[in-house]
Amino acid sequence: MKPPPFDYHDPRSIDEAVALLAECGDEGKALAGGQSLVPLLNFRLAQPAALVDLNRVAELSYLGRRDGRLQIGAMCRQARLELSPVAKEGWPLLGAALALVAHPQIRNRGTVGGSAAHSDPAAELPVALTALDARFKARSVRGDRALSADDFFVTHLTTALEPDELLVEIEVPALPERTGHAFHEYSRRHGDFALGGAAVTYTKGDGDRCSAARIVLLGAADVPLRARDGEQALEGQVMNEELAREAAKVAVRDIEPTGDIHGSGDYRKRLIEAMVRRAVLEAAA
Amino acid sequence: MNPRRVTIEINGETYEREIEPRLLLSDFIRHEAGLTGTHVGCEHGVCGACTVQLDGEPVRSCLMLAVQAEGHSLRTVEDLAAEDGTLHPLQQAFHECHGLQCGFCTPGFLMSIEPLLAEGRDYDDREIRQALAGNLCRCTGYQNIVKATALAAERMSSRAQAE
Repeated sequence: MKPPPFDYHDPRSIDEAVALLAECGDEGKALAGGQSLVPLLNFRLAQPAALVDLNRVAELSYLGRRDGRLQIGAMCRQARLELSPVAKEGWPLLGAALALVAHPQIRNRGTVGGSAAHSDPAAELPVALTALDARFKARSVRGDRALSADDFFVTHLTTALEPDELLVEIEVPALPERTGHAFHEYSRRHGDFALGGAAVTYTKGDGDRCSAARIVLLGAADVPLRARDGEQALEGQVMNEELAREAAKVAVRDIEPTGDIHGSGDYRKRLIEAMVRRAVLEAAA
Repeated sequence: MNPRRVTIEINGETYEREIEPRLLLSDFIRHEAGLTGTHVGCEHGVCGACTVQLDGEPVRSCLMLAVQAEGHSLRTVEDLAAEDGTLHPLQQAFHECHGLQCGFCTPGFLMSIEPLLAEGRDYDDREIRQALAGNLCRCTGYQNIVKATALAAERMSSRAQAE
């Protein structure tokens, strides 16, 4: 239960960090908050030859609003985003999701970028960031690029980031007026990985009809899964119990969650359906 | 893999050592600094026994490398009681409420809860249970830990009001 040996680098700038990642190639791994990577090292499930520790790259830890968008430096700690007045005011879905991420001790150290780059389909932040249509900005010595959530999350523990690329910022656009949100999940104990869940944003237009909605499922597939059919079922409609039930049913129609000792696939599918129904009702309230 | 020379501050004392970068902070605290009050349970961030305060915030010391602690201020359970051995109000409350049995998990609980009490207000059961959720105890069933926390919070908030 001790990490294997590795070459350790602790750069002070983004330029230095991406140069090191380019140098290390496939053998290097970026270390953010360490709340997932260090357990993997302790178990020796990960044995990178080199670690590029980002904790001394001060220019990665910002958080703020610019031109109406929320800009989150990749090394912003989860606890800071959770308690941020700016995020609370404009993007309360993030705080709702973060309150469900592990425990305060983990969120004090865990980072927003680290959680995104880890790409665990049972994690709350990737689901919330997908619901908020976030952009993921990556940098390497070859240049910069920005990816949508759909392009960024590739599969279980895998993103579109190349070995030499560093996630530097997550940018969240402003939500339209009259947009509600909700994050619902079910776990056996507070702070455990959830068996299933859903994040919803819901915008009301004329006559309280839904003008836009996003439904993203947690634990339904190998990535945060947008339930586009469920979203379509809501658009142009006025919310009521019947509609929420119908949208939830459609949202999970094609999913096939994996079963394990904590719950069968069929159980999880029905659980996620219930989470969508509740989240849709709350977001539209 | 090359060893590094680090200077790490724990409870106001500085420890200068040559260590491998892979050395966990929990092992630095116990084996290099000799502060064995911090206990190591699961070594993968689940049990919370190794919780210490990094710049005042509770973190898992088994999920940090010791080299990462350089330039920060660490606090461990040894710093809670006064120099003359007078227990911290939280330790006293654990003692009175029977909030520990074998005591293995206790340092982690204390270091997780203590920053909350510094706010000097009362907490309801739900808030306390959420704050404790990241620490596992296999003996007590938690009831008395919740009671002890509530008692300590009550004493510290009435003390804060009196001041």
